Amino acid sequence: MKKFQSIIAIVITIVLAIGLIGCGTKNTADIKSGQPEAKNVTLTVSAAASLKDAMEEIKTLYSQEKPGVTITYNFGASGSLQQQIEQGADVDVFLSAATKQMDALKVKGLILDDTRKDFLKNDIVLVIPKDSSLIADFKDLTNANVKKFALGEPKSVPAGQYGQEVLTKLNLMDAIKSKVVYGKDVREVLTWVETGNADAGIVYGTDAKTSAKVKTVATASEDSHTPVLYPAAVIKASKNVDAAKDFINFLYSDKAKPVFEKYGFVFVAK
Amino acid sequence: MSIDFSPLWISIKTASTATVLVFLLGIAAAWLLTGYRGKLKGLIDSILTLPLVLPPTVVGFFLLVLLGRNSPIGQLLNSLGTQIIFSWSATVVAASVVAFPLMYKTARGAFEQIDINIINAARTLGVPEWKIFWKITIPLAWPGIAAGTVLAFARALGEFGATLMVAGNIPGKTQTIPVAIFFEAEGGETGRAFVWVILIFIISLVVMTLMNYWTEYQRKNMPSVWRN
Repeated sequence: MKKFQSIIAIVITIVLAIGLIGCGTKNTADIKSGQPEAKNVTLTVSAAASLKDAMEEIKTLYSQEKPGVTITYNFGASGSLQQQIEQGADVDVFLSAATKQMDALKVKGLILDDTRKDFLKNDIVLVIPKDSSLIADFKDLTNANVKKFALGEPKSVPAGQYGQEVLTKLNLMDAIKSKVVYGKDVREVLTWVETGNADAGIVYGTDAKTSAKVKTVATASEDSHTPVLYPAAVIKASKNVDAAKDFINFLYSDKAKPVFEKYGFVFVAK
Repeated sequence: MSIDFSPLWISIKTASTATVLVFLLGIAAAWLLTGYRGKLKGLIDSILTLPLVLPPTVVGFFLLVLLGRNSPIGQLLNSLGTQIIFSWSATVVAASVVAFPLMYKTARGAFEQIDINIINAARTLGVPEWKIFWKITIPLAWPGIAAGTVLAFARALGEFGATLMVAGNIPGKTQTIPVAIFFEAEGGETGRAFVWVILIFIISLVVMTLMNYWTEYQRKNMPSVWRN
């Protein structure tokens, strides 16, 4: 019995050793064959959640122009994306939904300043579930039949921060404080309104446009909040600065303009 | 640094309530399924274990749709003038659902380890089934049940994804410690996030250790069935 076990042990060791050698050879072969085609680069783009649909379309468009460049997206709240970059995440391009996060990275010297540009603008709107007719304007949020109102957490979600500015400007914030449910990003706010679990919510104009299950009842006036500008920049630590610059210039170009406009953004890059 | 300590009480209240619920439901389900011999056993077991393997956000979304205002359950509750979504009960529901499989699985494992001869012996002596359950099955399975309870409590305390989706983030009402940690860290309040991290660390450690010592104590002081 002992002998049998040791034979098995030897067989397993040999199989594993061969396996390891196999892996090793394969890797070296990969590196060797990969060297002549240095054009194949992968860019990691951290983008605000509200850019998701438009950026997916941009990706298709860009890959037609530059087939050698693979774009990988990392969508999330601008605040968390900023945190990830500060903690050294391997990111090439950052597209934020507010200038605050980009400014923070600039102060820490993490972006290439000359690549930074505010390239998009967005609206702040009040949405309600499609089949609801509960409210018609921001001031109606104080009505007793509005039980739950969804807003992005102002500290980390720019849409929430803008929304809070609007509500403060309209002197509504204190009156509705007890009804507010804070979402972790603007998409969560949208889901809550879509499913009817929140009676109303504040999202971007572009989010309202992409969802068939909500309707926009009011658009916040431009002077009631700081302009919703989307800045983009190449991250200083990027290993593919040239490819990243090329991608970001594509975003600023007239080729990208119709895509962003289709999703409700105002294109402001010049 | 001023900190609102409401997430601490909410978390403890939620985790404790969920543990009590899961303790009862988990044992009941485990016991029923141990005795069940039908063809659907495998399927039922999978369904009951599903919340453990699904991502919490999937569980959260499912609960949001199932209990939401447009669902039959939501409408029934609405006609009674109440709602689960975005209320404190939602934190309990979310925590219970994700913690349930841990209790159920461990308890069932414990039940199935029991020597059927002991139970059959009791039956031949004419002991009623309910008495067999309380006097033989539960004591024999107790170490497993205790372990399941600790795991369920720990999981309920740490629940984040599903909770945020169905209960939202309402400070003072549904904001639990994990939710508070997430928003403090996201908002750049690293110091506050750190305080909460330390707190949840201490609570988890204390509860688990107490439970371990208690189980050990019981093992020593109730020698009849466990020392074999």
